Amino acid sequence: MQDLLYFCQQLINGLTIGSTYALIAIGYTMVYGIIGMINFAHGEIYMIGAYTALIAITGLATLGIAWVPLVLLIALICAVIVSSSTGWAVERVAYRPVRGRHRLIPLISAIGMSIFLQNYVHLAQGSRNIGFPALIEGGFRFGGEDSFQMSVSWIQITIFVTTFVCMTALSLFISRSRIGRACRAVSQDLGMANLLGIDTNRIISATFVIGAALAAVAGLLLGMYYGSVDPLFGFIAGLKAFTAAVLGGIGSIPGAMLGGLILGIAEAMTSGYLSGEYKDVISFSLLILILLFKPTGLLGKPEVEKI
Amino acid sequence: MVAHNFRHAFFCAVITLIIAWPILGFKLVAEGTQITVNGASAFTWIAVAVAAFIVFLFQLFRDRIMGGLGGLAELNPMADREPMPQEKRVRLENIGLGVLIAIALFWPFFVSRGSVDLATLVLIYIMLALGLNVVVGLAGLLDLGYVAFYAVGAYTFALLSNYWGISFWMALPIGGLMAALFGLVLGFPVLRLRGDYLAIVTLGFGEIIRILLNNWTSVTGGPNGIGGIPDPTLFGMEFGRRVKEEGNTSFHETFGIAYAGEHKVIFLYLIALVLAIITAFAIRRLMRMPVGRSWEALREDEIAARSLGLSRTGVKLSAFTIGAFFAGFAGTVFASKQGFISPESFVFLESAIILAIVVLGGMGSQMGVILAAIAVTILPELAREFAEYRMLIFGAAMVLMMVWRPQGLLPMRRRQIKLKAET
Repeated sequence: MQDLLYFCQQLINGLTIGSTYALIAIGYTMVYGIIGMINFAHGEIYMIGAYTALIAITGLATLGIAWVPLVLLIALICAVIVSSSTGWAVERVAYRPVRGRHRLIPLISAIGMSIFLQNYVHLAQGSRNIGFPALIEGGFRFGGEDSFQMSVSWIQITIFVTTFVCMTALSLFISRSRIGRACRAVSQDLGMANLLGIDTNRIISATFVIGAALAAVAGLLLGMYYGSVDPLFGFIAGLKAFTAAVLGGIGSIPGAMLGGLILGIAEAMTSGYLSGEYKDVISFSLLILILLFKPTGLLGKPEVEKI
Repeated sequence: MVAHNFRHAFFCAVITLIIAWPILGFKLVAEGTQITVNGASAFTWIAVAVAAFIVFLFQLFRDRIMGGLGGLAELNPMADREPMPQEKRVRLENIGLGVLIAIALFWPFFVSRGSVDLATLVLIYIMLALGLNVVVGLAGLLDLGYVAFYAVGAYTFALLSNYWGISFWMALPIGGLMAALFGLVLGFPVLRLRGDYLAIVTLGFGEIIRILLNNWTSVTGGPNGIGGIPDPTLFGMEFGRRVKEEGNTSFHETFGIAYAGEHKVIFLYLIALVLAIITAFAIRRLMRMPVGRSWEALREDEIAARSLGLSRTGVKLSAFTIGAFFAGFAGTVFASKQGFISPESFVFLESAIILAIVVLGGMGSQMGVILAAIAVTILPELAREFAEYRMLIFGAAMVLMMVWRPQGLLPMRRRQIKLKAET
């Protein structure tokens, strides 16, 4: 019974982290699906979202607004607006001028952008990590008094619910709306979509904005869950999310969701049963193994190289 | 058109405000567990507003400004000059290199200890950048975990000297070979991957090495690192005040001169210089050999190169291994210079700096990479008040280079051989 509870606890922790990875991974996968580049600066966009949310929350506390749902809503809106604007601007400044050149050029440009954004926040806000107030406290506990207790906190439930809502909204948006349809068309064949009168530049911008908005949501949620933010916060999370995207099959949105969850569970199991220090090793090894043996990922379509 | 431009310019200005205002305009201050948010100084606010205004003006007159910039090339007197004949250029380059090496040999005897120390670091970065240049610039494989091989070299020396008391000169080739072995073992499976996947895998590998070094406390000392790494000796002569090891003599006693701390620093500098020159020349020769040409062929067009019978794995693996070998060299020198190493020195940022050097100097161009390594290491030391902006500027410079001049500041020029025309 004890072992089962312990296992369930790790499973829940894994699902919590995994669902936020999935949110970030969507940004990678959508951009890759459309223009075939790794948006290396995506982790930084997520970090900026977390910082903006923290600034908004602290600012509201100074103003004396303490009703948690309102605070969260305002913080979320601020984070989404700032992150999406950053995502839009990054695409405009660093990616659009190099689009269509040799594969490495956009990637190096993206790495430069990532370093730039990291240091921009570092210089503006300092390098120390800053505590993120836990606005949502408490939770449930299961299990006997004297044995292992499984706990599910409200914040974990919030993370599940928010992720679920975002994912459903995104799926509906992609499958039903006009822009969503255009997105799918552009990801199938950019040139053809352009010929058929779709403003591809606009659609590419839109994918960056959508990805950044979801990353901002993840930034707020993970900031609260971990309880602190620092300028390097986005780097590892970005890598993990990228791993998730590759795991699920890069370019596929359901793949990113699945990949995020699997990666989160794998990590939680490693820290639960082996050692917390090696959880990053596990996820990077997972990434390397997947790329070696199934580069298309779980749900991805094989890419045919044409001459 | 004007109305459209105006709307676009206004939109861009608003976006600038949205991006810059929350992050720059408010400063989070943590006092204990209490976090407060302070408004930044009036100067910051004005700067943000001015930046938004500049963006507005730029976007509004974008076409005219860009047109004007296009005209600048005509003002440049060097623009349409005939390129120098190759023979003259090669001769000039050789003379320049000779003078540079001569200066580099004698220079340390006349300057302060601190600058020699910095110059040793510059040379280590030159070695690293030249090694990475083979992988990224010549073979076109983006390696984001290059620092892992540097770490392997440094830790090989540190561990060997710690556990078996092996000296610098023994450890130098072992460090290089060990790094090359790691390159080979990693490269063999991953080199099948396409460019950008390879970048991420190498990044993951770099992180794995660092995490292992950090957590394998019983062997590597974990975050505390390894200290007491011995200095190199000159034919059994030590540079310390007292001889540490049986059978060695000390440098100042053998030559009957007074002990000075500078001797060791200069000696290390000279070692680094010789190794850097060896690296540069070895790679220069390799570039002209069939293997070097096949690196470039594979970079330019993989499918065409393979259809001409080049083995993709073999060629890529050779570039990867040779790059790793020189990183191992640099790592050994670094460990010996510092006398202490810890995983802190081998973070991703280090890989990013080396990559920035290669990109700024011009991928594939040796001269460009050497100059960029000197500039990137020395400039932050000269302008200390701007040192904290270093990475910000690197990041921006990488983006700008890719947008405007992806071939780098001093692009690579290929040596050509022309048949003599019949007269």
